[in-house]
Amino acid sequence: MIMIKIKSFFSHNYAKIREINEKYATPNIEMSKGVKLSLLSLRLYLIFLVVLLLYKFITLVR
Amino acid sequence: MNIFTQLYYRYRRSIKAIQLFLIISGPGIIVMIADNDAGGITTYAATGAKYGYNLIWVIILLIPVCYYVQEMTVRLGAVTKRGHAEAIFAGFGSFWGWFSLLDLMLVNWLTMVTEFIGMTAALNIFGVPPYLTVIGMCVLMGIMILNGSYWTWEKITLLFCALNLIYIPGAFMVNPSVSEIMHKGIVPNFAGGLNNELIFFLMANIGTTIAPWMLFFQQSAVVDKAMKEKDIPWGKLDTFIGSVLTGVVAIFIIIVTGTVLNGVNIDDAAQASVMLMKTNKYIGTFMAIGLFDAGFLGAICISLASSWAFGEVFGWAHSLNYKIKEAPWFYGFFFFLLISAGIVVLIPNAPLVLITLFVQVVAVTLLPAALVFLILLLNNKKSMGEYTNTLSQNIINVLIVVAIIIISSFYGISTLFPNMLK
Repeated sequence: MIMIKIKSFFSHNYAKIREINEKYATPNIEMSKGVKLSLLSLRLYLIFLVVLLLYKFITLVR
Repeated sequence: MNIFTQLYYRYRRSIKAIQLFLIISGPGIIVMIADNDAGGITTYAATGAKYGYNLIWVIILLIPVCYYVQEMTVRLGAVTKRGHAEAIFAGFGSFWGWFSLLDLMLVNWLTMVTEFIGMTAALNIFGVPPYLTVIGMCVLMGIMILNGSYWTWEKITLLFCALNLIYIPGAFMVNPSVSEIMHKGIVPNFAGGLNNELIFFLMANIGTTIAPWMLFFQQSAVVDKAMKEKDIPWGKLDTFIGSVLTGVVAIFIIIVTGTVLNGVNIDDAAQASVMLMKTNKYIGTFMAIGLFDAGFLGAICISLASSWAFGEVFGWAHSLNYKIKEAPWFYGFFFFLLISAGIVVLIPNAPLVLITLFVQVVAVTLLPAALVFLILLLNNKKSMGEYTNTLSQNIINVLIVVAIIIISSFYGISTLFPNMLK
């Protein structure tokens, strides 16, 4: 009984996440050059932070 | 019209304006006062103790910074009727939406742990055991949000905001030198030279000014309050008063510790309260009450910001105007975050110091994204219409956002690599 409920919980939420992804598949904002540049900068910034975190983790483990 | 009729007309108009403001105000004042959370109180107390009144000018400069950033969330919420999480999903697609939502949940949960650390430490001074604080606060917050009315929740929360002003009488009780405050505090200066330690304190003060949850909270609160475009000027005034109040509270904390504990190194606000109690038990008590209140406001607002954000995206009923039966997921999520964060504080030998430091690091992964999205959304003429950012607003906001991103990033990175500034 509990397993069925857990299974139904996950399958329901999986379906919900897919629905959300479909609903927001196309961005509303017009992708002008400025917007594209801002989003690219954000991606690079986040990659930089991830690299820093990984470096910190590796140095801590060593 | 004779002069008496004119005066009466003006009086009636002023009364109506004040009444209208009292109805509409709330989100701006609450978010700003809650910004002075447990971590913020510690930062200000430590700043005052270390540098006396010398860094008060930084807080004064931060007042318009808070206003300009948060004012954008009022316009965005009132015009689009969407919370910040939903606006990011709709505006930038599901990749950025999921990134923001999951990062928000992580940083909010970690911040809530720090709020519980502050609350338990503050009440521990009065002999209240931590488990009782956690249980009591979860029950109290539950009572506040389960009354099925946003209005009632907001007004009770505003009472707790008023309690945050306790630092003001506290500062008067320590008899600070007004001329010294004016001389050292108002004029920008770098006490002892612009060394690494001062840079760290400057970054810490600026870093606590704008937190990611504030953007999400105020925008969702504006939507939950059903504010309309015509209410925007009142929402701006609400935000302005809030930003002045948050600055005033911060300044008075600095005055208290700058007067009594000048030259002492402080690790947290609870330690400052105990030290102040040795000098004057009332001032120490005020500091501890203020710390508890700050943690309380932070915890309830941050937990709500997360629940609103998830409710918006998952399509759950997500308003404080609903009863628990009408919005079970929304309230369930609120309590899940609240109780789980509270439990962490009660775990023996939990890495609380590490969590406190980690908050700064995780926050810098979300704050720049949330701020950039905010500016881009405010420039979307299609959805914002006449409320789109003007050129002057864009110049000011972009400068502020770039400065905040650079400073908060350095603050986060210096937390990760403490030797960087030595």
